Amino acid sequence: MDAQPILRIDNLSVRFRTRNGTVDALKGVSFSVAKGEVLGVVGESGSGKSVTAFTVTGLLDQAGEACAGTINFDGMELTKANEAELRELRGREFSMIFQNPRAALNPIRPVGKQIEDVLIQHAQATRQDAKAKAISMLEKVKIVEPYLRYWSYPFELSGGMCQRVMIAIALACEPRLLIADEPTTGLDVTTQKATMDLIRDLTREQHLSVVLITHDLGMAAAYCDRIVVMQKGEVVETAAVRDLFTAPKHPYTKKLIAASPGPSSKLDDLTAVLDDNTSHQPSMTRTINSGADTGHLLEVVDLVKEFPRRDVEMTGWAWPVKKREAQVFRAVDGISFVLKRGESLGLVGESGCGKSTTSSILTRLMDPTSGDVIFDGANVTSYSAQQFARLPQRMKIQMVFQDPSDSLNPRFTAQDSIAEPLKRLLKMKGSKQIDIKVEELAEKVGLEKALLSRFPHQLSGGQKARVGIARAIAADPLLLILDEPTSALDVSVQAVVLQLLDRLRCELGMSYIFVSHDLNVVRLLCERVIVMNRGRIVEDGLADEVLSNPKDDYTRQLVSAIPHFEPGKL
Amino acid sequence: MRTKLAQIGRRLLQALPSVIGIIVISFLLTRALPGDPAVYFAGAMADKESIEQVRKALGLDRSWVEQFFIYAGNLAKGDMGMSHNTGRPVAEELLTRLPASLELTLTGLGLAILIAVPLGMLAATRPGSWIDHLCRLLVTAGVSLPTFFTGLFLIYIFYYLLGWAPSPLGRLDILYMPPPHATGFYAIDSLLAGDMETFAATLRQLVLPAVTLCLFALAPIARMTRGAMLGALASDYVRTARANGLTRSKILFTYAFRNAALPVLTTLGMVFSFLLGANVLVEKVFSWPGIGSFAIEALVASDYAAVQGFVLSMALLFVAVNLIIDLVLTLIDPRVGLED
Amino acid sequence: MKRFLRHLRYVMSENPVTLAAFSLFLLIVIMALLGPAIAPYDPLATDAAKTLKPPGWQHPFGTDHLGRDVFSRVIVATRLDLGIALSAVFLSFFAGSALGCSAGFWGGWTDRIVGRISDTIMAFPLFVLAMGIVAALGNSVENIIYATALINLPFYARVSRAETYVRRNAGYVNAARLCGATDARILVTQLFPNILPPMMVQISLNMGWAILNAAGLSFIGLGVRPPDAEWGIMVAEGATYIVSGEWWLAMFPGAALMAAVFCFNLLGDGLRDLVDPQRRT
Repeated sequence: MDAQPILRIDNLSVRFRTRNGTVDALKGVSFSVAKGEVLGVVGESGSGKSVTAFTVTGLLDQAGEACAGTINFDGMELTKANEAELRELRGREFSMIFQNPRAALNPIRPVGKQIEDVLIQHAQATRQDAKAKAISMLEKVKIVEPYLRYWSYPFELSGGMCQRVMIAIALACEPRLLIADEPTTGLDVTTQKATMDLIRDLTREQHLSVVLITHDLGMAAAYCDRIVVMQKGEVVETAAVRDLFTAPKHPYTKKLIAASPGPSSKLDDLTAVLDDNTSHQPSMTRTINSGADTGHLLEVVDLVKEFPRRDVEMTGWAWPVKKREAQVFRAVDGISFVLKRGESLGLVGESGCGKSTTSSILTRLMDPTSGDVIFDGANVTSYSAQQFARLPQRMKIQMVFQDPSDSLNPRFTAQDSIAEPLKRLLKMKGSKQIDIKVEELAEKVGLEKALLSRFPHQLSGGQKARVGIARAIAADPLLLILDEPTSALDVSVQAVVLQLLDRLRCELGMSYIFVSHDLNVVRLLCERVIVMNRGRIVEDGLADEVLSNPKDDYTRQLVSAIPHFEPGKL
Repeated sequence: MRTKLAQIGRRLLQALPSVIGIIVISFLLTRALPGDPAVYFAGAMADKESIEQVRKALGLDRSWVEQFFIYAGNLAKGDMGMSHNTGRPVAEELLTRLPASLELTLTGLGLAILIAVPLGMLAATRPGSWIDHLCRLLVTAGVSLPTFFTGLFLIYIFYYLLGWAPSPLGRLDILYMPPPHATGFYAIDSLLAGDMETFAATLRQLVLPAVTLCLFALAPIARMTRGAMLGALASDYVRTARANGLTRSKILFTYAFRNAALPVLTTLGMVFSFLLGANVLVEKVFSWPGIGSFAIEALVASDYAAVQGFVLSMALLFVAVNLIIDLVLTLIDPRVGLED
Repeated sequence: MKRFLRHLRYVMSENPVTLAAFSLFLLIVIMALLGPAIAPYDPLATDAAKTLKPPGWQHPFGTDHLGRDVFSRVIVATRLDLGIALSAVFLSFFAGSALGCSAGFWGGWTDRIVGRISDTIMAFPLFVLAMGIVAALGNSVENIIYATALINLPFYARVSRAETYVRRNAGYVNAARLCGATDARILVTQLFPNILPPMMVQISLNMGWAILNAAGLSFIGLGVRPPDAEWGIMVAEGATYIVSGEWWLAMFPGAALMAAVFCFNLLGDGLRDLVDPQRRT
């Protein structure tokens, strides 16, 4: 490594003007990036990691301004540069890729043209050879049939392909620094790995420096040389990857590392270093299959769900309009499994594998095309959804929803949301009685009483998750379906919520079906997992076994794609 | 290209239900009349005999379904009935007056686009500046203006007080002869005939009513342009373009404006619909001999065939405009036809 | 509620225009409620001796060709204009949101039928359609209300459909289903309160348009009959005197009309800020 860093940030402070006065987004941030180095910037939401990147590239929106500090790019002072000078640098000297790649590309311009725009802008190509160069860039990012894809619009490409195009645009002019802002968030794990591998290979080839901004410690560990940990606008720790994971110095770093689930971590470990006020009662030991003798709670037999297929591809045009053959798409393609009483089962797969459809059918929010669901001795699929709503079994299957902000009615207070099932399912009358029960439930999920009168937008993500859980357990269900309950939460909050769910299961004797894309998280909560791909079950087994010794090809791919750190292996 | 043609074909087909819907509603409107339709259709002056004649001619003694097909069949032949007010076929009356209305409406719309689109763009690129405030004021004030009031106001100022404008009576001052008929648009016809004097006179008559319509159409177009541009400029793809150092003009026109143009174009359809309504009022204020004035005369005289013909032909005109807009959208937006 | 009031105060103080619009709105409401009581003269009383008097102390807005006091007529007309617009807007709000909510919630055939209905209405130039309806149903004030309601229906149906559609599978809706709530119950208790704010904005913006529409219809001689005082018809009566310089006949009612519409549009914009600070225009 050269002695002279390519980027040095010194004591950078950024302030945002808002309605309620100014907010300090960055407070004296300093770090540097050496030539050829991959630097990870890690932190939870609101830590200021993206703001740092935008300040460096001069893309901060107008409400924000850098009020102190310097940004030195290879000897050049960026805080003093004007817009025209910065424009010259952007794309040619340093470039940036973003999350949500499909939205980040111009929707009505062919992707090849978008690469050309950058090449021509920075005089890396003339109008004559721009197209050839653009195509060779597409080839470089491993897009098949680059000649055809040159004319594709973003909506015709998958998310992973769009991110490749973004990379092609960013690297077209061979910059010296690449800033990647959560480049794989929202992509499936396997796509995630392919994308990150591509970035690593290309940047190594071009001897590029990279700043990788991510919330995922595992990913930072897998791809970075050094890591900067940020919290609330400040850098709390900077260290080489190995040092950071073997000997973290700052308590926040310790907490973050502990809360990130790895392939061998235990649920109790996640909050081992958390401040004691939210501690998890460790007395509860897991009772694996203690209720095996009581038989099956749920039996799913040959479940199929078909949706009418929408033609995405235009296949010619015939006059007069021919009635298209009824094409169907099988979202769930004949799956069968059983769930024992008190058992916790993970349902794992990438987006579109049919796991969410399955959970919707199990809760009877959706009717299956064929197949049976036998719950607690009754075939619940033999009733229509309207009939089922009046059965006693209705209250025994409840659900915790994915996005906590979308799962609570914005016009209801936390109290109202939790009271809803009490009034509707348990037919409780009298506000006094309901109030007492709601408070009891709030206490169970660790929600402070004072928060009950608040509306969802006044609650944090973790608090909203707790309200959702309280609502789900209000009617004492036997089966709780958890649909990615923690995917929208920061890792440290996720850790606490996972522990809460685990404790509630032991206390209330519920069974769980945990739907998730993250094998590591599922493993923490579930004894058994089912791996789904394209509507079918590809593997079914004990969680630890599936994770450590996957038998199916797809599972193996899935397991190996999860970025993680293992202190032992570094 | 094949898929584009397929999309265009599909869009043309999609217009069919609208046309059928329009004919059905227009049929229902005639039949929903309280009382005896034959009496209404025969006009205020009709005697018993001519009422019976009308009843026969319209097939009012038959079932509704039959009546509908007779009505649709007549329409297909271009027969919209007779105007009792003027004693000529409605279709003919409308056709001879259509150019006058179109000349006025299109001039107003064209003026509005020329002013509103740049204004909206300027406002969006300089949020909080004086031009932005001006734009917001114009937009809110513009949609609040009753067109008939604006027209009268302009007449009072520019004709009565300042004397700049000619008297607000029709398309051409009585001193001039209308240009030889070619397109029916006086401005174009007089140019074709090389008669600059008539051309200037035509323009003088046209300015005030066209400005009235322009003021009315300005607001929604500027509002949409500003909103769409603001949205596009705040979008992720513009951020990407900036992150890659593209120039301001490239970002503004190739990236932001082309995307913003799509919703603006869609709005134009709606604006045109409003303009066809406003046109009626403006024609009355300026005594413009177009189909709006014709319709008002027919309304006053209870000349139903004429009113129905007017409603129907305006709707068909609007469908045609929407169709053109959608076809343009299909050509410039690759995503059209793929959603839903 | 307290928070809402604070937010309201914030929006008002941030945006003095909205405050002004709100004051104007109150004035209009007072004029509509107390119209005949506060008008200085009988709006229908003619006086052959005082025709076409320009504005002065005795007659602040002057007198018309029959010697009636224009000021009194403008005030008294408020009730009729506002009444027509309000009734029409509420009719289309209730019918439109019922149709739109069902279409967005159940989808399928309901959606297709509602969509087809509103598309067919929207296929007409709306003012022209209103003319046709009034012509067909008969020339009366009620029919003006029905016509205005009908041409506004698609706007409400569309907004409520879109707002319901995006929420119909929200977590809280599914949670209510898990509590055994029926579809109707979910629509009323869970969805409707959430789509109400955008609908209120629509109502406010639509009010102005409904007033304009009704006034336009009476301007061309539909609906309101003379000698009743109504802004549109007053402008129409005054139009003939503009070219000879008697401007006050048409200008004052026209200005009143414009002010009312302007006020509702400003309120709508303010309300939009109140409801959704992100979608500021």
